[in-house]
Amino acid sequence: MLIGKFKKWRVEENRVPSACGLSGFINTSKKLIGGEVILDSMSVMKERGNGLGAGFAGYGIYPEYSDFYAFHIMFEDESGKRTFEDIFCEKMEVACGEEIPTRSNPNITDPPLLWRYFAFPRANVLSEAGLDADDFVVRLVMKINTDVPGTFVFSSGKNMGVFKAVGFPEDVGDFFRIDEYKAYTWIGHARFPTNTPGWWGGAHPFNILDWSVVHNGEISSYGINKRYLEMFGYECTLLTDTEVMAYLFDLLIRRHHLPLEVACKVVAAPFWKDIDHSDPEKQEFYRSLRMTYSSALVNGPFAVIVGFSQGMFGLNDRIKLRPLCAAAHGDVVYIASEEAAIRQICPRPEKVWAPKAGEPVIARLKGGA
Amino acid sequence: MPGNFVPSEFIVNVDHQRCRRCKRCILNCGFGVFDFQNMTTADSSKCVACHRCVVFCPEEAITITKNPLAFKEHASWDVRLRKAIWKQAQTPGMILTGMGNELPWLGIFDHLLIDACQVTNPSIDPLREPMELRTYLGRKPESLKVEGENGDYALEDPVSNNIKIEVPIIFSGMSYGSISLNAHRALAIAAERLGTLMNTGEGGLHRELYPYKDHIIVQCASGRFGVHSEYLNAGVAVEIKIGQGAKPGIGGHLPGEKIGREVSGTRMIPVGTDALSPAPHHDIYSIEDLRQLIYALKEATGYKPVSVKIATVHNVAAIASGIARAGADIIYLDGFRGGTGASPAIVRDHVGIPIEIAVAVVDEQLRKEGIRNLVSIIAAGGIRQAADVVKAIALGADAVAIGTAALIALGCRLCQKCYTGNCSWGIATQRPELTGRLDPDWGAERLVNLVNSWATEIKEVLGALGVNAIESLRGNRERLRALGLDQTTMDILDVKPAGR
Repeated sequence: MLIGKFKKWRVEENRVPSACGLSGFINTSKKLIGGEVILDSMSVMKERGNGLGAGFAGYGIYPEYSDFYAFHIMFEDESGKRTFEDIFCEKMEVACGEEIPTRSNPNITDPPLLWRYFAFPRANVLSEAGLDADDFVVRLVMKINTDVPGTFVFSSGKNMGVFKAVGFPEDVGDFFRIDEYKAYTWIGHARFPTNTPGWWGGAHPFNILDWSVVHNGEISSYGINKRYLEMFGYECTLLTDTEVMAYLFDLLIRRHHLPLEVACKVVAAPFWKDIDHSDPEKQEFYRSLRMTYSSALVNGPFAVIVGFSQGMFGLNDRIKLRPLCAAAHGDVVYIASEEAAIRQICPRPEKVWAPKAGEPVIARLKGGA
Repeated sequence: MPGNFVPSEFIVNVDHQRCRRCKRCILNCGFGVFDFQNMTTADSSKCVACHRCVVFCPEEAITITKNPLAFKEHASWDVRLRKAIWKQAQTPGMILTGMGNELPWLGIFDHLLIDACQVTNPSIDPLREPMELRTYLGRKPESLKVEGENGDYALEDPVSNNIKIEVPIIFSGMSYGSISLNAHRALAIAAERLGTLMNTGEGGLHRELYPYKDHIIVQCASGRFGVHSEYLNAGVAVEIKIGQGAKPGIGGHLPGEKIGREVSGTRMIPVGTDALSPAPHHDIYSIEDLRQLIYALKEATGYKPVSVKIATVHNVAAIASGIARAGADIIYLDGFRGGTGASPAIVRDHVGIPIEIAVAVVDEQLRKEGIRNLVSIIAAGGIRQAADVVKAIALGADAVAIGTAALIALGCRLCQKCYTGNCSWGIATQRPELTGRLDPDWGAERLVNLVNSWATEIKEVLGALGVNAIESLRGNRERLRALGLDQTTMDILDVKPAGR
């Protein structure tokens, strides 16, 4: 577990429920958009956060290292960094390791050491482990996050990165110089946790590989979702609901190869009464889905926006207990907690709608990869 | 010397001013307590406090009290122990008893508290929103292979046979022979109306109940009573009964007194013979033998799910893992409080472990091994109320089974004399004048009411927990807290103490 791994950081000891503000958009033609736009969108949802956590994820920000896994890491101190590098360099071919550029901001205090490494698992390490690169990276992240003192990996995808801290979105964005990055997908988050931890790792987005999740809600089924994921080797160390959401999508889509739409129907399963009234093939399909993946049903209020390399999607719980709004304008699809956050950056979208409970809004890059 | 050293447990008192000598009590008492000599007389020594006479006396003239006879207090020589010794000094037989463990062991269910939502998470109103209890019992694949795209999806392989139940509560195995045909009828009718299951127990299935096959689990126990190929196919699943919570390690005991023509025909044994099941299945001396029987039964039934019922004993987690790997689709765990028609008191009261612990360790073990999806877990033996159902499911069970609670709904007063065959309520008896009193339709209605009432209570709790499907409770120990359990027990249950 994470608790006790850090000397000075007060890691959340119990699961912290939190309410939040979300915003995300994608240019499906892969045209890059500056980070100031997501900052602008988040600026109208200040009420939804309380300054105890905010973060961003951008896709397409590291074109020069697009074949390498971009590890964003927070270290408590130099000694953690040394231990980490010993382990990391043994397993990974590192193309570049550098400090994450930051700007001093009066409202962001006591930052950890923030580093990024562009790396790929060494061939001999992969063949010894008998894993593909993605699976290996998942294991490595889990191992570092549970075992290496004072060290926390908070981003591990390719050509993307997560930036998060304790603070309000505008301060966190300023600190990480978000305005200097360009991405085809941006997602942002403002957090309203219900206690007062000073733990940067607890902020959103939560990331594993190229999955980044921003989440508003409290997962009432957390206990069983966590135990289900443990069966597949995922260790829920962060004690946040969001972590469960990210691992579930990784499991269902990357490892079980479920189509994204189907994975959404696992996480926000249709009601039996609706299944019973559909045609027989659909009945059998959804019955099998619910039977097989009953422990992956995410129950309780949630709205999530998930970024991945090929697109972005938004999803609500099956009775829509958290707000979520969507819009489309030209090649850009927007999803946010509030319509205001969309209109702030796209005043007159061609289409605006409120997604129905459990119905995903999926936007994919045009022409696939 | 007097033959019986043991004083009467109860005193039967007839108020002769109120009694109008209708003799209904004489007819109603299965134990022959009452007689009539100018006025109604009662032999208190025969009374078991089953209340049949009290309920049916039109003048409320009968009262039954505990015998207030004083015994010299002794902290270590409880009166119960002294009485047992008097009985055993009188005859060399074992002390026989019925129903579940009566000793005041720690009740873990009563030390677990359920969570509810406040502020950060809205609770859900089950009167206004859907609340799903539907459960599927049987093996599930680890993952699904889905073909197709754009909303038009299909499965590469269908999911194997599963049994749908509309409430996560089934009726536990109680054999025809130990209970009456009318009791079996009531259970079958209720199971059908509730969309759930009854279990034949080990005494076969009366042909009259074959029409209820979609709601029946047929049992195959070590005595193989009433087992033939048509019977095996007269239900939705077959259960191999290895053991039961009330008497782990020993087989079923049905005294010859309870074996009349109909029971004899169903069980395929002579009238009046004691039906004593062997302690083990003589074709199962180890786990690989179990596998053979599981697959033999699957072959015989066109691959219906096979359940394996075991009593919860010390090493239950490893045993359950073996059962899952041997091919079972359902593991039925019967806790040490489970009921019985007849069991040696020593075994009933001192052997086995609580169902709460067993469910927790079995669920955890199967998850550790990554094989939880291979089996459904049914928890039984000590499920007394809807709260116990919620807690058992939160600890990891897919569904629960109720036996004693169902019998209490039919009138049972827990007198623990099932083995005598004298049940005044017409439940645990085969005497025609007694069995006739239990109207199966009346009984079924009471069972349906009971289960529906529990289902409503479970929905209320799910709503308070902020979930709207039973699967979000299953194995969700995060929503339980312990009050007054020791640290080791909490670790085993994987439940935090209240306040944490």
